[in-house]
Amino acid sequence: MSDQQPPSDAAAPQRQSGKTSPSGRYDLRALFAPRNVGRLGVIGAAVACAAGAFAYTAGWVAPGRLTQARVADRFEHVNGLHPGFRRNHAKGVCFTGWFDSNGAGVGLSKAVVFQTGRTPIFGRFALAGGQPYMTDGPKAVRSMAVNFSLPDGEDWRMAINDIPVFPVRNVQRFYEQLAASRPDPATGKPDPARMKAFLAAHPETARAMALIKAQPLSSGFADASFNSLDAFRFINAAGVSTPVRWSMVAEDPFQPDKPTTADTRDGNYLFDDLAARVRQGPVHWRLVVTVGQPGDPTNDAARPWPADRRRVEVGELTISQVVDEAHGACRDVNFDPLILPSGMAGSDDPLLSARSAVYSQSFTRREGETKSPSAVRFASGVEGAR
Amino acid sequence: MTPTTRFPAFSRLLHWTVAAMILAMLFIGVGMVSSPDDYHRLVSIHRPLGVAILILVAVRLVNRLGARPPPLPEDMPGWLKGVAGASHLALYALMFAVPLVGWAMLSAGRYPIVLYGSLHLQPILHPAPSLYALLRETHTVLAFLLFAVFLAHLGAALAHALVFRDGVFQSMASLRAGSSRRRRPARP
Repeated sequence: MSDQQPPSDAAAPQRQSGKTSPSGRYDLRALFAPRNVGRLGVIGAAVACAAGAFAYTAGWVAPGRLTQARVADRFEHVNGLHPGFRRNHAKGVCFTGWFDSNGAGVGLSKAVVFQTGRTPIFGRFALAGGQPYMTDGPKAVRSMAVNFSLPDGEDWRMAINDIPVFPVRNVQRFYEQLAASRPDPATGKPDPARMKAFLAAHPETARAMALIKAQPLSSGFADASFNSLDAFRFINAAGVSTPVRWSMVAEDPFQPDKPTTADTRDGNYLFDDLAARVRQGPVHWRLVVTVGQPGDPTNDAARPWPADRRRVEVGELTISQVVDEAHGACRDVNFDPLILPSGMAGSDDPLLSARSAVYSQSFTRREGETKSPSAVRFASGVEGAR
Repeated sequence: MTPTTRFPAFSRLLHWTVAAMILAMLFIGVGMVSSPDDYHRLVSIHRPLGVAILILVAVRLVNRLGARPPPLPEDMPGWLKGVAGASHLALYALMFAVPLVGWAMLSAGRYPIVLYGSLHLQPILHPAPSLYALLRETHTVLAFLLFAVFLAHLGAALAHALVFRDGVFQSMASLRAGSSRRRRPARP
């Protein structure tokens, strides 16, 4: 063996140099010689440890672990599988418009969206629940999802609901509540005994449900106000971090929804009314930021903050068009509430990370599935000002 | 015993830095998709770390093409050298493919790719739902493949160190400066 041999590239080895060493150290027989058994054992143990740690981290050796896939599975179990649709908030419609910032939010957050000026937006109205063809009704929780396209290329996404608090404080409770709300195959309705047992075990959810039931639902989307529920943090230019929640407060006067039966109103009346409203002209919401104080719970979306907290109106959201999902921009977007611009961050609310995780799981599943038409369709695809 | 030169110190530094980053990345990736409570914390590391790995792997490739690695021991059979070469080719291909597919996947899924603060990457694909789903799956499969090749790499490195004792492990594991001086394997 000569040191003068030209260096060979490991990626392009010299295959012709297949000589056997005098020591035969690369021979298979030598490899399994008794003196090597312990060494091979060490190597095997090292590789097995690495593989085992990987499997453990992945949750493959903990079948009881609550993963985002299991939460999505439970949605499918409760609602049935509806390929191509969101696992929750399945029935919806897209919208487009803009947001006019009045500059009042700059003191709370350095996010570009709060500088005085206009930001284009698109979003989605939907009904909570995983049934894409459900009948509109006064009990359905309405939701608004918005994407703000900031001038510096950042995005701000939110998914907000017209209830005052969230029924549960973490994903484990949410997973249990989903099971308790599963319709009984015999009656088609949730088993009241199961929900009663869940509420008895979780008084915080019973308290939240009482607050939710005490708030009347609006007659439609245009007069509904939507709340972030989760707490976030706004960070201003000086680096000061403030706990906040926010609301989109409807400018259309609130009208309580009337209990109806399916034969008196169309199954899509909430969406039809919205389209009719937008045909008359743009619809507006005021974006109001509620500023938390030390001691206000930021890690529990099931508990409200005291009513006297400072509220800062930071701008106005305008929706000029509604577009059905086949023609709109919203269907293939994940309205992950933790897609935030610089100047905003999530709080210690555990639901935020869990929502982010489960939304991603739902998004990945539905994007790989064949799309079916939405229950909400418009003749030309679009309603409202062009 | 065949003397083997060491890799240059810069190559060794790159190797071990990227190795630690990729290993952390693989564990973060597989952990975050199965942990709702830690998902956001982990994904906030996953994306900028992936970009950092992509940059360093590009540096490694340039470095690798510019400076030839030390030769493998002359008595190493040709087929074994072939396996070593192929596994390194696979490692390089996957080190590029996994982050690039991740970037493409987020682009197709219309996700912003936030690095830090308002710093974000531009999309490299137009929004495309079914392509997103395909790339998302590909990202996982390639990452598992990368972990499998890593396990083989680990096993082979330890075999060189403990069984063959041919200096190949030391050529990358040495803490000495420079690469020109030849030295004998740690233990004959």
